Amino acid sequence: MSEESGLIYRISGPVVTAVGISPRMYEVVRVGDEGLMGEVIELHGDQSVIQVYEETSGIRPGEPVVRTGQTLSVKLGPGLLTQIYDGIQRPLEDLEETMGVFITRGVDADGLDLSKKWEFNATASVGDEISGGSVIGFVQETETVEHRIMAPPGHGGKIASIESGEFDITTTVCTLEDGTEIAMMQEWPVRTPRPFTQKNAPDVPLITGQRILDFLFPLAKGGTAGIPGPFGAGKTVTQQQLARWSDAQIVVYIGCGERGNEMTEVLTEFPHLTDPNTGKPLMNRTTMIANTSNMPVAAREASVYTGITIAEYFRDMGYDVALMADSTSRWAEAMREISSRLEEMPGEEGYPAYLSSRLAEFYERAGRVQTLGGDDGSVSVIGAVSPPGGDISEPVSQGTLRIVKVFWGLDAGLARQRHFPAINWLSSYSLYPQALDQWYRDNIANDFPEVRTKISSLLQVEAELQEIVQLVGSDALPMDQQLTLEVARMIREFFLQQNAFHDVDTFSQLGLQYEMAKAILTFQEESEKAMAGGAGLEDVVNVPARTDLMRGRFEEGYAERIGELLGKMSKQIAETMEDN
Amino acid sequence: MSGKEYRTITDVKGPLVFLEKTEPVAYNEIVQLRLSDGTMKNGQVLDTSDDQVIVQVFEGTESVDRQTGVKFLGDVFRLPVSKGLIGRILDGAGKPRDGGPEIVAEEMADIIGAAINPYSRESPEQFIQTGISAIDACTSLVRGQKLPIFSASGLPHNDIALQIARQAKLVGSDDDFVVVFCAMGITAEEYNFFVHDLERTGAMENAVLFVNLADDPAVERLITPRLALTAAEYLAFEHDYHVLVIYTDMTNYCESLRQIGAAREEVPGRRGYPGYMYTDLAMMYERAGMVKGKKGSITQFPILTMPGDDITHPIPDLSGYITEGQIVISRELHQKGIYPPINVLPSLSRLMNAGIGEGKTREDHKSVSDQLYAAYAGGRELRGLVAIVGEDALNERDLQLLKFADIFEDQFLRQSRDEDRSIDEGTLDLAWNLLTNIDTKYLVRLEQKWIDKYHPTESKS
Repeated sequence: MSEESGLIYRISGPVVTAVGISPRMYEVVRVGDEGLMGEVIELHGDQSVIQVYEETSGIRPGEPVVRTGQTLSVKLGPGLLTQIYDGIQRPLEDLEETMGVFITRGVDADGLDLSKKWEFNATASVGDEISGGSVIGFVQETETVEHRIMAPPGHGGKIASIESGEFDITTTVCTLEDGTEIAMMQEWPVRTPRPFTQKNAPDVPLITGQRILDFLFPLAKGGTAGIPGPFGAGKTVTQQQLARWSDAQIVVYIGCGERGNEMTEVLTEFPHLTDPNTGKPLMNRTTMIANTSNMPVAAREASVYTGITIAEYFRDMGYDVALMADSTSRWAEAMREISSRLEEMPGEEGYPAYLSSRLAEFYERAGRVQTLGGDDGSVSVIGAVSPPGGDISEPVSQGTLRIVKVFWGLDAGLARQRHFPAINWLSSYSLYPQALDQWYRDNIANDFPEVRTKISSLLQVEAELQEIVQLVGSDALPMDQQLTLEVARMIREFFLQQNAFHDVDTFSQLGLQYEMAKAILTFQEESEKAMAGGAGLEDVVNVPARTDLMRGRFEEGYAERIGELLGKMSKQIAETMEDN
Repeated sequence: MSGKEYRTITDVKGPLVFLEKTEPVAYNEIVQLRLSDGTMKNGQVLDTSDDQVIVQVFEGTESVDRQTGVKFLGDVFRLPVSKGLIGRILDGAGKPRDGGPEIVAEEMADIIGAAINPYSRESPEQFIQTGISAIDACTSLVRGQKLPIFSASGLPHNDIALQIARQAKLVGSDDDFVVVFCAMGITAEEYNFFVHDLERTGAMENAVLFVNLADDPAVERLITPRLALTAAEYLAFEHDYHVLVIYTDMTNYCESLRQIGAAREEVPGRRGYPGYMYTDLAMMYERAGMVKGKKGSITQFPILTMPGDDITHPIPDLSGYITEGQIVISRELHQKGIYPPINVLPSLSRLMNAGIGEGKTREDHKSVSDQLYAAYAGGRELRGLVAIVGEDALNERDLQLLKFADIFEDQFLRQSRDEDRSIDEGTLDLAWNLLTNIDTKYLVRLEQKWIDKYHPTESKS
């Protein structure tokens, strides 16, 4: 028994040192008289250093520490969706029931309801040869999501018995000939990536309904994106927009060290929002993890792993999963805080030297894969970064940018002008367009990539012209360049700006995005023609139909009307020529 | 607990005392020190092990010697709370400062405060009218929000805070706010200014003051805001009050935090501030909000002065990442003689959208506010250009924007210290009037239906 339990030697914030036990690294232990949950993060002579997931005030040296033999794991099975968890998969709803509105400590709660019965529908039959990851049946978890039950990785063989019916998630529903019993629930250690057969190249875009993202800087399903930005530039709004509108089948949203009220907003709003792809409440496909900034810092460190493990589990069923982590900087700070309590030698800005490898390991768990069961599934990871002072030369931003393929750079200047989303179109980039172009040609329009190139080069030209305008004023430019400035203004105000809080404008179908971009190019062509025929710049810019075209995007049914509005605009522009 | 007194101090370093050979001492336990001359000091355990205990002394370690007796009280720091707090002035450690009796406790509340379960929060969405146009129109405040004032030395942030405290109300409701005021390291003069104003307007009867002045112990500042928030939580969630917490100056608080970090020889983060400052600040800011099943609310107005007017300094920077927006005070506007000198461009209220619009303020509020921003931002940018090329080089649209920026500052931002503007006639209608200085075709942020309804000259009604 002396092996199994020891004593607390020292307490310093969330870090507790124990003597008298020799646990494994990352083993979960119970700390103190109240049995607080902790995880072993360092072994040092006969001392074991533990990070504790709950507040440690009032704990004394000499109190017991007990081994559990397990590493930090999550429970995976029906019941994950529509849930909101803390960083170590305790359902916040259950915590409210047991301890009221304030989170105290020493309370355990299972990640999944172990007594709830689910209707299990077997799809495999007796005699089938299965392997780890094979789908053996499903549960209709929510209206829109079929939760596929898989054999846990590492377990396979011939099915000896399998039964459909109502079961709780720990009851055996399938037995293999070697005696292995499979229930609907499985557990997985959060720090270990779940296995798959092979990684495939992402070639389908994750459509988000956000024009600047989908059109100029697309993310592929299975890809990774970073959103760095100073406070107030709209990281959280962008993340929430992605959680709302992206066409993933499952969304995992991690609120890591952020504001409590923001999580509440998501919680109160999502059940009432409709998924544009299924017409059902968004909550049906969402799992949330909320470890707000004032909740224990060690659980914040774990929250990111808890989230990505859940995402991988749904990926293994063959789903496209989108994971938002807001904010990875708070996660990095949690690592820094723990590291400094361990008195480790710091790297840059006090962050531990292993910061960038931890970031890389995390983003590497994204990807489009062939699952063990032979399906195609993906996890796309979108990480917000909160660089101090908005300066992205700091370690977390740099560590992130070295890994991610898409960079959505938020800009305080744009936010100040209330240009939202405040994503800077000059500094942002995406490395996916080449891989995705074929998809756009096949599914949207054959000239989609060319239209995109034209739009982005117009913005580039505008930036160059603006430098001259800053010196001499716009009137000094030749007419054609003044027109270019007007066209670019139209791109910015009509296309790139998108109001996340407007019922209609908040989401644009990809097809409509293409139409809008084409409309801008049409305006440019028609205006060039008209001006060549003698019309003035003011005349073409001020045709009333152009204002109607632009304002129309706030109205229901815009996709059907845009063609007509565009025709009117072209006609009016042509008329300006006749007036002259 | 045992009540045993130890005389085993080995080291004293800055505000920290190191002891050895004690009974098992709890983390965060409260400590009493008895000096040889009989003076008592209070402290708290920061680190504890079988061999050594580190205590942070709130009143500073002056005169502490190896003979000082140290007693561990077996409990964490608690504040006696009751409704009787209202109208009282307490010092930075929670003891009466107004000469009145001790607080009779209805409850002894742990000052660290537990985190509110995000699941149990209520979304803040009740608009608070402050009567200040810049705030009401552009960075609207809602009940349960934490909205700091980012200021700098020499700017009238105190006047603005007091004006908000005086005028804040829910439209169509008579609920009064209780003001919990927390002073950290401010001067006696500033303190007197606050007290005088609160007394003058009769607000003192509805206020609780926690006061740590510039010459009070710096380490005490680390608990003062926690006391204030504990009182606020008690009043809000046990007695249904709507509490407005004003604390000033967060910069002094952070300086004290840095001092402790340095004394503990911790690895410093940016500019010497501890790496856990974000979490530490969050533990206070996150105590704002509303919770399900309780009528009261906590709205926070932390005031901080940005060292060197630098918004990227760690103190405003980390605060901005936690709070739900910020109100930025501008030296430039102040020098132009504009009160309140609020620069609306870097200011922001994250909860604004939840609190405005039809049934809350007015249906056109969002549109109008977006348009004001865009036009003012455009106008300000053009000022730089005009300085180089002159007004002649500007086109019609730019000229209008340029002129609008001046009008906006002079008529919209500027108001007197006791002017209480209502949101609809006082603020939004004023905005529409000022927007007539720009041709409607340039007002692209306004939806046509609002132009039809509200534009003073173009409306169809």
